[in-house]
Amino acid sequence: MFIKKKNNGNSLSRKFRLGEFLAEYIIKSVSFISLAVIVLIFVFVFREAAPIFSPEEKKINTEEFLQSETYGEEPSDSSPSNSLEGYSSFNGDGTGDVADFKNLTGKDWQPVGENPKYGLIPIFIGSLKVTIIAILFGAPIAILAAIYSSLFANKKLREFIKPAIELLASFPSVVIGFFALITIATIVQNIFGVSYRLNAFVGGVAMALAVIPIVYTVTEDSLTAVPKYMSEASLALGATKWQTALFVVMPAATPGIFAALLLGFGRAFGETMIVLMATGNAPLTSFNIFEPVRTMSATVGAEMAEVVFGDTHYTVLFFIGVLLFIITFVINAIAEFYVRARLMKRFRGE
Amino acid sequence: MMMNNKILGKGIVVISAISVVAIIASLIFILFEIYSGGKSFLTWEFITGYPKEGMTEGGIFPAIVGTVLLVLIMSVACVPIGTITAIYLHEYASRKSVLTKMIRFGVNTLSGVPSIVFGLFGLGFFIQFVGTGMDKVFSEPGQLQWGQPNILWASMTMAFLTIPVVIVSVEESLKTVPDDLRAAGLALGATKWQTIRKIVIPNSINGILTGTILAIGRGAGEVAPILFTGAAYFLPNLPGKLTDQFMNLGYHIYVMATQSTDVEATKGIQYATAFVLLICTFSLSFVAIYIRYRFRQKIKS
Repeated sequence: MFIKKKNNGNSLSRKFRLGEFLAEYIIKSVSFISLAVIVLIFVFVFREAAPIFSPEEKKINTEEFLQSETYGEEPSDSSPSNSLEGYSSFNGDGTGDVADFKNLTGKDWQPVGENPKYGLIPIFIGSLKVTIIAILFGAPIAILAAIYSSLFANKKLREFIKPAIELLASFPSVVIGFFALITIATIVQNIFGVSYRLNAFVGGVAMALAVIPIVYTVTEDSLTAVPKYMSEASLALGATKWQTALFVVMPAATPGIFAALLLGFGRAFGETMIVLMATGNAPLTSFNIFEPVRTMSATVGAEMAEVVFGDTHYTVLFFIGVLLFIITFVINAIAEFYVRARLMKRFRGE
Repeated sequence: MMMNNKILGKGIVVISAISVVAIIASLIFILFEIYSGGKSFLTWEFITGYPKEGMTEGGIFPAIVGTVLLVLIMSVACVPIGTITAIYLHEYASRKSVLTKMIRFGVNTLSGVPSIVFGLFGLGFFIQFVGTGMDKVFSEPGQLQWGQPNILWASMTMAFLTIPVVIVSVEESLKTVPDDLRAAGLALGATKWQTIRKIVIPNSINGILTGTILAIGRGAGEVAPILFTGAAYFLPNLPGKLTDQFMNLGYHIYVMATQSTDVEATKGIQYATAFVLLICTFSLSFVAIYIRYRFRQKIKS
């Protein structure tokens, strides 16, 4: 970091240079873009979801939007809940097509039909189910791998393991989804003989592949960040390598591991392509892990291309986007602030 | 007791080693599985040909071109923004100011936003707001030109998604530029901006390069942000202007695997497309990791 000092002495006073001034201000303003984008994301996703909160206003908006074209030319989704009936003509009579609080907290997600139901419970449970399966599967493996590579492996081995697992992060989620759809689903069916080929379990296992790299990286970082003197003191007192790892380094790094779990959770909760391809996409409210589920992100991904601009379904999908944004935001913020503060405190011995 | 401890210790080492092996094995398994499924389709004609017979035959050339164009337009936006932000955060900003903390928080948050939310944002902001606004100004009344999904809006959406990737990478390499170099530059009478331009940036060019490569890899692989901002199922022509829609490798896989009328018939094409995409992102990531590794070695010596 630069040492910033202003020369206030008369003879050495800074000359005003236009180039310098411009460079600094351009750089400064460009760096605001990331912050602005966050605000823009929230504002504009929220803006499209806003009619939910004021049904009266919504009706006027829909009239306007009705004149605009329907969006997208993709073929209809093959899943049964997605038939195109009722999409082409907006239910203009408005009977029951409102997304009030009661409708949104209902137990059914049937956005198409005479009486559209926008119950978010099943898709929220779906997201939760897949995410939890992914964490239960991926996190132990990732954490153990991080323990091995940072505490047990020698330097050469570590320099191979780390980039190899980072390479897994470069697998596009659509490829993992494709792999799940074709290979994992078949394996799961052969082992468990399930009645639905695509289900929450298949999606969860595939999602674990996406969660592992992030949990591994963050855990590894926090394990290597534990000060050397702690483990050296333990070794000097006669503890073995694994005792040191388990009883000294691990406890010191718990907040970091907790952060890794949270970040993995956030990643899995918002991931779209894997669940869209591998979970069967049926909005069922059940706790059986071998039944198809539909998650919040997959709902947006599958249905957005087929809705009419501005109708209730459209705003509900944007509302799901707002929820996804807020949920992942909160999870990441907890991981960021709470955990980092705990870590700092611990290492500084305050 | 002593004995049990020893067993426990060995057990932990063995179990954690198995986890590592399991992860690397699944990585190799995915690669192998996708390669063996698609290898008979991986021909030169497949790479350079157009889809034929309602997508059941032919190649994926338009999807490759679409993906390349997408990441190119995206890089033009995200690499400068990311690099400049990193320079600001590391060279200009004082670490303790509220402003810096806010920007840092913004970057961290941005990297955690789900990709599908970026897609919604692209639709709500670029298409509905910017595009429709541009149509009101530039186009004939009643004509939709910018206010609909196209490759420009898809690339911009993707650029916002990949900005944090560039920032993290560039900042990491800025940290490795020794302060002595900066001090030397300033001592010779160079101004701050001259020092940054002539000394700091050339010395961290590897970070900008890795950042760009990682961003391209990410942008090529993500599908959710472009689902409703510009990707198309099938187009007879390559995109010729910014308001055209485009085909995309990832989107191609998604549509072929879940929505085409005869999924079984195109399985080989799906595998081969997935392999092409996987090899692209995999090798980009490999190159980035290699550059970073080489650079770290250089620093150490």
